[in-house]
Amino acid sequence: MTTWRVARLVAAKDLRIEARSRVVVNQVLPFSLLVMVLFAFALDNDTVLTRVAPGLVWLATLFSMLVLVQRAFAVETADGALDALTVAGVRPSGLFLGKAMAMAVQLVVLEVVLLFAAIVLYKVDVGGAGIVLLVTTFVAATTGLAFVGTLYGGLASGAKGRETLLPLLMLPVVAPVLIGATRATEAALGTNGASPSEGWPWIGLLVLFAALFGAGGTLAFGTLIDA
Amino acid sequence: MSHRNGRIANPAISVAIRMEPVVEPVVQLTGVVAVVGGFPVLAGADLTVHRGEILLLRGPNGAGKTSLLRLCAGLLPVERGVATVLGHDLSVSRTAVRAFVGMLGHSNGLYADLTVTDNVRFWGATVGATDDEIAASLARMGLANRLADVPVSRLSAGQRRRTALACLVARRAQLWLLDEPHAGLDAAGRDELDATLREAAAAGATVMVASHELERAGALATRVVELGGGLVREVPMGGPA
Repeated sequence: MTTWRVARLVAAKDLRIEARSRVVVNQVLPFSLLVMVLFAFALDNDTVLTRVAPGLVWLATLFSMLVLVQRAFAVETADGALDALTVAGVRPSGLFLGKAMAMAVQLVVLEVVLLFAAIVLYKVDVGGAGIVLLVTTFVAATTGLAFVGTLYGGLASGAKGRETLLPLLMLPVVAPVLIGATRATEAALGTNGASPSEGWPWIGLLVLFAALFGAGGTLAFGTLIDA
Repeated sequence: MSHRNGRIANPAISVAIRMEPVVEPVVQLTGVVAVVGGFPVLAGADLTVHRGEILLLRGPNGAGKTSLLRLCAGLLPVERGVATVLGHDLSVSRTAVRAFVGMLGHSNGLYADLTVTDNVRFWGATVGATDDEIAASLARMGLANRLADVPVSRLSAGQRRRTALACLVARRAQLWLLDEPHAGLDAAGRDELDATLREAAAAGATVMVASHELERAGALATRVVELGGGLVREVPMGGPA
């Protein structure tokens, strides 16, 4: 079975699990919205909120992503399915790409909801000039986050104390995405007088990050879960 | 019975096996040493298993039955000796053999939020099983009924075990490695499991069963070996249990 076929099979399976369990819709989305509301309570200043909204959107995305990654690998380890996939000789590269694809789909839904929450709660104005940059930012950052989440989720899945280990391992690694995505989103939204042209260099960083972790994960995932 | 595209074409046999490549013997271990947690679970084990055999592995807890199954599945490294499974030298590569092996351990490898059919379809799809083969696998384990569309999370332990076995049937593996497969099954489930294993062996699969249920598994087996002290010893059929 080719890597691509395995990836589609695994992604479809993960999305079907979400469709049946609705954990993202019923738990992760409310959690992320709660984080956005709490940010609003904590800062309690419309001007400040509008200025820092891009960073808050991506910070809430990262926090919610931790829950998503835990969930994505909890379904694999609960009854030994990850071990069974290893025994079954399913291509690890396909497994990695499939889980990353499913995670990316769920992250995009999450990010769109968070952006709308920022528009409503923080009075963010999404103008037409930066829309291409905004969409590109979301695609590039989501891809990078999905690759990192899958790689570190797989790494932590066999470890004791994985619930607490995962944030410790993953959050420092995704710092470049937080910075790059925040700056590019600021440029797309014109926050603090930034123009869309200032955002494109950050897209380069996000694409490089996604490419590195995509290639690294595809190559290393088999060794990681075997160990 | 005719073979077409590597599958059993006789519709009377619902357990199909991927027959290519044909390798004999299926398992050949010579002086194999394997270590788990610093302890040598196999200390120079010799074993030959031929196509179509149902081999019972018996021995006390910690004798190395599970380790032997894991070694044959390419999950446990070979420290010394020669281990060849389906023609693959496990000292060279432990991953190549896995696509041809079906293993059922203590856990079932199921997704609790998916239905019985979803699970069997997923595991069957990993080897390109058709819809007919999925349906046959469900029917073989008595799951092509109201249970087919029930989420695994709502099943009893025995029903989950049946589902795991249906997934194994759907994978059409050449070498079946089963660790306490009767555990959790009711009488009907045990009968179906035994019939399935006999059909699989008749269709060309090789079955290795680790079990403490010596009477049940002994009646099923065509050959019995005992593990102890890291070695494998042949037990005469009809000998002491």
